[in-house]
Amino acid sequence: MVGAYIIAQFQFGPDQASSLAGQVDALFLTLLAITGTILALVAVTILYCLARYRRNAQVDRTPIPDSSLPLETAWTVIPMFIFLGMFGWGATLYFKKNQSPSNATEIYVIGKQWMWKVQHLQGKREINELHVPVGRTIRLIMTSQDVIHDFFLPAFRVKQDVLPGTYTTQWFAGTKTGSFPIFCAQYCGTYHANMIGQVIVQTPQDYEEWLSSGTTEPAMALSGANLFRSLGCSGCHAVNASVRAPLLNNLYGSPVPLQNGQVVTADERYIRDSILQPELQIAAGYDPIMPSFKDRVSEEELTQLISYIKSLSKSTDR
Amino acid sequence: MINGLEVIEVENITRRGSYLTDTGLGSWLFTTDHKRIGLLYLFTIIFFFSIAAVAAAAMRLNLLTPRGDLVQAETYNKLFTLHGVLMVWFFLIPSIPSVLGNFLVPLMIGARDLAFPKLNLLSWYLFVIGGLVALYALLVGGVDTGWTFYTPYSSTYSNTHVVIMALGIFISGFSSILTGLNFIATIHKMRAPGITWFRLRLFLWSLYATSVILVLATPVLAILLCLLAVERVFGVGVFNPALGGDPLLFQHLFWFYSHPAVYIMVLPGMGVVSELVSAFSRKRVFGYKFVAFASMAIALLGFLVWGHHMFVAGQSVYSAATFSILSYLVAVPSAIKVFNWTTTLYRGSIRLDTPMLYAVGFIGLFAAGGMTGLFLAALGIDVHVHDTYFVIAHFHYIMVGGMVTAFMGGLHFWWPKITGRLYPEFFGKLAAIIMFIGFNLTFFPQFLLGYLGMPRRYHAYPDQFQVYNVLSTAGASILGVGYLMPLIYLIWSVKYGKKAGPNPWDAKGFEWETDSPPPTHNFEVIPVQIEDPYNYPPIS
Repeated sequence: MVGAYIIAQFQFGPDQASSLAGQVDALFLTLLAITGTILALVAVTILYCLARYRRNAQVDRTPIPDSSLPLETAWTVIPMFIFLGMFGWGATLYFKKNQSPSNATEIYVIGKQWMWKVQHLQGKREINELHVPVGRTIRLIMTSQDVIHDFFLPAFRVKQDVLPGTYTTQWFAGTKTGSFPIFCAQYCGTYHANMIGQVIVQTPQDYEEWLSSGTTEPAMALSGANLFRSLGCSGCHAVNASVRAPLLNNLYGSPVPLQNGQVVTADERYIRDSILQPELQIAAGYDPIMPSFKDRVSEEELTQLISYIKSLSKSTDR
Repeated sequence: MINGLEVIEVENITRRGSYLTDTGLGSWLFTTDHKRIGLLYLFTIIFFFSIAAVAAAAMRLNLLTPRGDLVQAETYNKLFTLHGVLMVWFFLIPSIPSVLGNFLVPLMIGARDLAFPKLNLLSWYLFVIGGLVALYALLVGGVDTGWTFYTPYSSTYSNTHVVIMALGIFISGFSSILTGLNFIATIHKMRAPGITWFRLRLFLWSLYATSVILVLATPVLAILLCLLAVERVFGVGVFNPALGGDPLLFQHLFWFYSHPAVYIMVLPGMGVVSELVSAFSRKRVFGYKFVAFASMAIALLGFLVWGHHMFVAGQSVYSAATFSILSYLVAVPSAIKVFNWTTTLYRGSIRLDTPMLYAVGFIGLFAAGGMTGLFLAALGIDVHVHDTYFVIAHFHYIMVGGMVTAFMGGLHFWWPKITGRLYPEFFGKLAAIIMFIGFNLTFFPQFLLGYLGMPRRYHAYPDQFQVYNVLSTAGASILGVGYLMPLIYLIWSVKYGKKAGPNPWDAKGFEWETDSPPPTHNFEVIPVQIEDPYNYPPIS
C-alpha cells in the first residue's frame, strides 16, 4: 500500500497532449538510447581496465603505441556522423514548431508581471487560463507589457519567449481534453513562480459554449474598428481621405515595397511597428507623415487594431 | 645516490627553507611568488565558495516543500543570484587556473616565476576587491536578477543593487584578463630548454587554451556590464525596447562571453584529469597531440555557439540551426578526450588513490554532462527543456561533476607538493566516494524534473514535482558532508600529515623533481627536458 503510494509519486514523463509531444519524446528516447549505450560502453571499459590493470596484478602489459591515427579518426568521424543525425532530426522538429500553420485559430496573449492575459478573437478574455478546442490548431500571438516572459506548455512540448516591444508566436494542437499547466519559464522577477496557469482543452461544443458564456465583449476586430475610428486612423487610411495614406485592405500577409527598396511581409510585427514607429519602414510612394501612436495605445488596444486590420484581408482564414 | 650526498642535500634544504618559511603577514600580502599567490587565491575562493554553498543549501531546503516554506520569494531570488554570481565568477573561473595554475605553471615549465610576478599579485588584489564589492551588494540588500542579468528586468524593473554587483564582476574581470595574459606570456617565453610545444604538459595546453578565452572573451563582458549600467543609471536606451533598445542584444553579448566562459570552467579540469590519468596508470596519455589540439579546438569553437542559449528567445530558425550544428561540432573534441583518457588506462599500471578516484569520477560525470548537452543542442528537444531543471542538471554535471571534481583531484594530487605533507588516504577516498554519491543524488533527479517541465528559478512549485525535489535536497546534504571532510582533514594534514618527500607519487614532471614544499625560486638549477613528458618506463 505504502509502496504503491510511493511509486505513484514518481512520474517519468509529462503528459503527451499535443501532436508534437510524441515526436519530441521519440527523439528524446532515441538520444537517450544512443548516449546511454555510449556512456555504458565507456563506463564498462574504464571499470574493466581499473580492475584488470591494477598495480599489483600480474597481467600482460606489453606496451601499445602512444597514439593511433585510425583509432583517433574513427572516434572523431563516427561521433560526428551520429551528431549530424541528431542535429537533422532536432532541426526538423524545430522547423515544424516554428512554421506558421495555415487554418489556425488565433489567440492573443499578453504577459505582464505576474499574469497571463488572454483574449480570443470573439472578444472573450481570461487571465491565467487558456480555453482551446481539442484537435484545432491554435496560433498564439504573444507580447509582454514589461520584462521578458516565456509561455511554456510542457504537456505540449512547446515554449517561446514573450518579449516586450514585439510579437512572438507559437502554435500547438491539443490531442486530448483536460487541463494542462502553463508555466512562465523565463525569470521575470519576484513572483515568477506564481506566473502559472492552465490550458483547458475542451470538446468543440464545450468550447463554443464557454465562448458565449458570462459577460460577452465585442469581437476583437470590432473593438479594433472602433479604435480605428476614435484614434483617427480612418481619417487618412480611407479611400476618400484628404491625406494620401496606404489603404489597409488585403494588407496582412502581403508583400510591402518600402521606400529604401526593401520588401517586407506585412505580419503582426510589421503592423505593430508601423503604428508605434511609423518612420522606420516607409511604404514606397508615400510621404512619412504618420504620427507615432506610441504611449497612446495599450498593448490590448494594439492587438485589437491588428486584429481589425487583419480582418480586412480576405485571403486569411479567420 | 651515495649516502653522503643525500645528507648534504638535506642540509641545503634546511638552510634555504621553502616558499612557506617566511610567515609574516606582510610577506604574504606583498608576495610576488606565484606559489604564494596561488595559495592566496585558494583561501579566497574557499571563502566565496562557502558563502555560495550556504546559499545553495538554503535554496535546496526551501524546495523541500512545494510552497517554498523556508524563505520569501524575494529572498529566494536573491539566493540563486548570489549562488550563481559567486560560484561562476568568484569560484569556478579562478578555481583551477588561479590556484593550481598559478602554483604549477612555472614549476611545470621549469621557470622561477610567471612572466609578470607583480601583475600576478595585482590580479589577486583586483579579484579580492571585485569580490568585496559583490559582497557589499549582498550586505546592502542583494540582487535578484539571476547571474544572467537579463534585460530589461535588470536594467529597468529590478529594485535591487544591480549596478554594485555588476561593478564587482567588472573589476574581477580584469583579474581574469591579467591572469590569462600572464599564462600566455609565460608559456610562450619561459619554457625550460628542451620543452618544445609538443613536450608541453597537457595541463599547460589546457591552461593556454583557457587563457586565450580569458583574454578574448572577458572584455566583451566588461563592455556589456558598462552598457547595462549606462541604461540603468542614465536611462540611455540600449536594451529596453521602451527606450528604443533591443533586449536580445543583451543576450547575444552576454552569451558571447558566457558560453566561452563555460569552457574556462571546464578546460582546466580536463588538463588536470590528463595529468592524473597519466600519473596513476604510469603511462603517457594516449593520443597526446589529439588531446592537446582538442583543447584548442574547444577554445576556438566555443566562441561560435553562444546562440544555443537563445533557441526560444525569438532568433530566426536559420541562425538557430547554425548554432545547433556548431554546438554538435564543439562536442566532438570533448568526446575525443574522453576516448583518449579511457584508452590510456589500457595496459597501464593503475592505482586508485584519491586523486585517481576523482579523475575517474570526472570522466563519468563529465561524459554524462556532455551527453545531456547533445539533448540540449537538438533544437526540437531544447524547446521543451530550455529554462527547466534539465538545463540546471546538465551544467552542474559539467561544472560540479566536472570542474569541482577535477579541482579536488588536482588539489589532492599536488597537496604534498604545496604543503610538503600527505593527506590521510582513507578519509580522502571516503570523501571522494561520498561526493560522487551525493552529487548524483542531488542532480540526477533534476534531469527528470526538467523533462517533466519544472522551470528553473521557481521559489515554489506544483505538488507533482515534490518527490524529485526531496531526493535532490537529500543528495545535497550528502554532498555537503563530502565538501566539509577535505576542509577538515587537509587543514589537519598541514600539521600532522606524513612528510611527503619530493615525489610521493613517483610521477614524471619538473614539479616532482624539486623539494616539497618547493624553495622560493623553485629550482636550484633550471632543469632541462630531455624526453617527452609522461615518459614512464615500460612496466613489464
